Amino acid sequence: MSLVDFDAPINFKFNGKALQGFDGDTLASALLRNGVKVVARSFKYHRPRGIMAAGSEEPNALVEIHASGVCEPNRRATTIKLFEGLDARSQNFVGSVDRDLLAINDLLSPFFAAGFYYKTFMWPRAFWEKLYEPIIRRAAGLGSIMKTPDPDSYDKGFLHCDVLIIGGGPAGLLAALNAGEAGKQVILCDEDFILGGRLLSEDIDVDGTPAADWAKLTAHRLMMMPNVRVMKRTTVYGVYDHGIYGALETRRDAIGLKTPRHILWRIYAKTSILAAGATERPIAFENNDRPGIMLAGAARTYANRFGVTLGDNAALLTNNDDGLRTSARHVLDVRGGESVVNTKGRSGVKSVTLNSGQSLPVDGLYMSGGWNPNVHLTCHKRGRPKWDDVLSCFLPDAGNLPADMKVIGSANGAFSTQAVFDSANAACKTLGIKAAMRPKSEDAPVKVTAFWHVKTKGRAWVDFQNDVTAKDIALAHQEGFSSVEHVKRYTTLGMATDQGKTSNVLGLAVLAQASGRTIPETGTTIFRPPYTPVPIGAFAGAHRGTHFKPTRLTPSHKYSAEQGATFVDTGYWKRAQWIARPGEKGWRDSVDREVLTTRGSVGICDVSTLGKIDVQGKDAGKFLNKVYVNTFSTLKVGRCRYGLMLREDGIAMDDGTSARLSKTHYITTTTTAKAGPVYRHMEFCRQVLFPEMDVHLISTTDQWAQYSVAGPNARKLLEKIVDPNFDISNEAFPYMACGQITVCGGTRARLFRLSFSGELAYEISVPARYGDALIRALMSAGEEYGAALYGTEALGVMRIEKGHAAGNELDGRTTAAHLGLGGFVSGKKDCIGKVLSAREGLNDGVALVGFIADNPKDTLHNGAHFSAELGKAGPNEDLGHMSSVAYSPELKHWVGLGFIAGGKSRIGETVYARDFVRNHHVKVKIVSPHFVDPDGERLRG
Amino acid sequence: MIINHPLLGPRDASEFVHMGDASLMHRPDPKSETAADDFYRYQYLRDNPAGLYAELWFHEQGDRSWLVVTRNTLTHEIIDVQLARHIARQKS
Repeated sequence: MSLVDFDAPINFKFNGKALQGFDGDTLASALLRNGVKVVARSFKYHRPRGIMAAGSEEPNALVEIHASGVCEPNRRATTIKLFEGLDARSQNFVGSVDRDLLAINDLLSPFFAAGFYYKTFMWPRAFWEKLYEPIIRRAAGLGSIMKTPDPDSYDKGFLHCDVLIIGGGPAGLLAALNAGEAGKQVILCDEDFILGGRLLSEDIDVDGTPAADWAKLTAHRLMMMPNVRVMKRTTVYGVYDHGIYGALETRRDAIGLKTPRHILWRIYAKTSILAAGATERPIAFENNDRPGIMLAGAARTYANRFGVTLGDNAALLTNNDDGLRTSARHVLDVRGGESVVNTKGRSGVKSVTLNSGQSLPVDGLYMSGGWNPNVHLTCHKRGRPKWDDVLSCFLPDAGNLPADMKVIGSANGAFSTQAVFDSANAACKTLGIKAAMRPKSEDAPVKVTAFWHVKTKGRAWVDFQNDVTAKDIALAHQEGFSSVEHVKRYTTLGMATDQGKTSNVLGLAVLAQASGRTIPETGTTIFRPPYTPVPIGAFAGAHRGTHFKPTRLTPSHKYSAEQGATFVDTGYWKRAQWIARPGEKGWRDSVDREVLTTRGSVGICDVSTLGKIDVQGKDAGKFLNKVYVNTFSTLKVGRCRYGLMLREDGIAMDDGTSARLSKTHYITTTTTAKAGPVYRHMEFCRQVLFPEMDVHLISTTDQWAQYSVAGPNARKLLEKIVDPNFDISNEAFPYMACGQITVCGGTRARLFRLSFSGELAYEISVPARYGDALIRALMSAGEEYGAALYGTEALGVMRIEKGHAAGNELDGRTTAAHLGLGGFVSGKKDCIGKVLSAREGLNDGVALVGFIADNPKDTLHNGAHFSAELGKAGPNEDLGHMSSVAYSPELKHWVGLGFIAGGKSRIGETVYARDFVRNHHVKVKIVSPHFVDPDGERLRG
Repeated sequence: MIINHPLLGPRDASEFVHMGDASLMHRPDPKSETAADDFYRYQYLRDNPAGLYAELWFHEQGDRSWLVVTRNTLTHEIIDVQLARHIARQKS
């Protein structure tokens, strides 16, 4: 009845050796078919390890998959669907997997007992980082990571359904059929590439036909239903709030190809049915980790599903009736007093020593310690499973499941196939879903006697992947670790990539025995997502490289790029930083030229990224009075005003200008960085704090392209663009005027006479779709004045020369007083932040001033701290810090802005600006922050 | 996590921005004699209940409503969602 197509051979390589398997094989079954016993080396002791399981619980058979120049470690051989050209290699060894040089660790095992990290290698202290840790890291661990970017691609998807069924074994198939026939929107996820679960592994019948055939027919029926989505190779790895489930779909095992390898699904389900099955437990006895020692259920999977004979002289060690289904020459039932005390065979078990002293030559050993329901997903929302003495396993606590989750089948302790089917129909009934069929199958009672550990002197493995033995657990208990959570962390039990699927309950039982308690008294750890490992790449999906975040382009982006602009990321925006012209040797050349051209003639800069918020309504002015320290209700129509916004704690939040276009219409601007947060804050004020005001807000940042036109020739240039019926002379349109105009023969525009550069300047805006046309029109009109396009660097230089605060000054620690704007805080009215800005602690006399180097040739650095002397530097000597610096091409020396105790009262004094990062210490003079045109004659001209 | 928006129905949490305790709705009277102390309490003092907790959420990737979401901090169950503006108007 094997489900492998022997007419479809598949060629693959294992450790460089060419081998052949068949379609339907996993890498594990193909390796067994080829007689490969040693597949990997263990984590700590480098013990030879083979294949122990047949599913995702496999702790031993971890391999690397290779493709041209790339590799992925820690793939379980049991979950890789064999494909043509697969290049799989063993991992975690030095030399060869058969003769691993690090196997010496096994001889040194007394040094590697539980907590060895904490006990050894402690002295001498300096040796830890330099010697011990690198050696341990090389010797221990699982696989090695690729240090190049992941060549694969990943995707994400979102799905909604009425019923999510997790697991496609007998329980899940029947539940899906019921829900599908009832007309529900159903998603059925299963981690395997064939639906059926244990039906594919056992030699049993359902309704008189072989179980695998029943599974195939039922799966076929489900795939024909338009309202059922069958997702094979899709593992539901996590349960989240409000019916949200995470699932990982594996599209292919090959790596380094272009199509997505994994898809991370977020599934929104009204109800879920957990049919995740159960996992068989190993039994702890001396040397139970040798290749050829396998879980009994896995042996049946390999025999029945894959048609792989593992040996005709195998022994079976079991504590339950289910194990007896396994065909083996020697049956050792612990309930009859038989057990295994040791095994022999370095690269594959050759003999077992029985408790009677007899030594049996064998070619394999199958063990069954009973089954653990896969309760993992019932714990993701803090559910704690309960111990069941009759079944000797933990069951989900029905009273403490994630809302709307039902658990059916062996995941809920129904172990016979008939009990599984019945539990599926019963759960569907509670959801109002009728049974579509009532299949008949074997109904053997569960007969199990708890049996965990054969105590001998040697090491008996509990956690195979993390190399934790029963002795380690006993030692942890002996050293005072009685809480199961502490034992877990001290011994690392259950903390490897398999998250203890085969080891947790066995470890718990060994701890219970060591401490003389029952299992319920010992407690249990619970599970967190993910159920099986999820590659980080799948969480990133397509959001990597340039797609990690959105990219916003300014209206002048294309033109700026044509001009050779270098762009800088400011949030999501790309802004022109400077625009190099031929012959310029570095960014400073370009920036100096842009500043001098602007100050000497005219420059144009894209300022569209500044936030724009449209404020309209009868109470618009009153509303702005609340959110800004300044008074806006008194602003005349056709005028602009600078505004400073505080947080409620009194710290400066943002600044900008507001223009009044009509009695009920203002346009406020924010800094580029704070456009989002300021809008959010203003909506909070409007909706929550002042709901009685008649005012509405909308962000128009993206709707308007806005350019600053600055310099002595700015007006002349604009007169060529602005339609002649609008008078923009100094008399008609003075400093801080604003108005709605038309440009270029009728295009709607807004004009603001604002200046950040300190020059005669305007900001002109048009609907964004005209932005590209306008920048070209402006630059072409400016040709006769030698107009320069300038970037954010020149913008920064000019604002520092003028002493304007920007992001470096509005850094979330400064108040209006610090910024020299204390006088703006209106005494007459309330505003956000006013009460708390008066707190004593915020009024410390620190204020923004200017700095120049005592020796004009010295450079300045921001971040430097001020102190009176060059000696000791510490908090007690600290007077403040430099926040912004620039080379002023107009003054031909560096200028800086900074905060210093005493502020303007210290102008004329000398202090030291000390930069311990760059090791640069400069004597600086405290000056006015207005370096260029301090009286503001230019901007009013 | 899903928030059941009173106007738009169930929406994914990724559409929202969280601000914190809904007590921030109750801005003290700045003219009161105890304003300094009232604002200090308003700004800095929060309860940390195990159980029902009302919080402010902003539907930033949506209709830009501020919402008051009442959540059980022990189970993450959302008990109630209302427009903050609606509550604020009732209060004033």
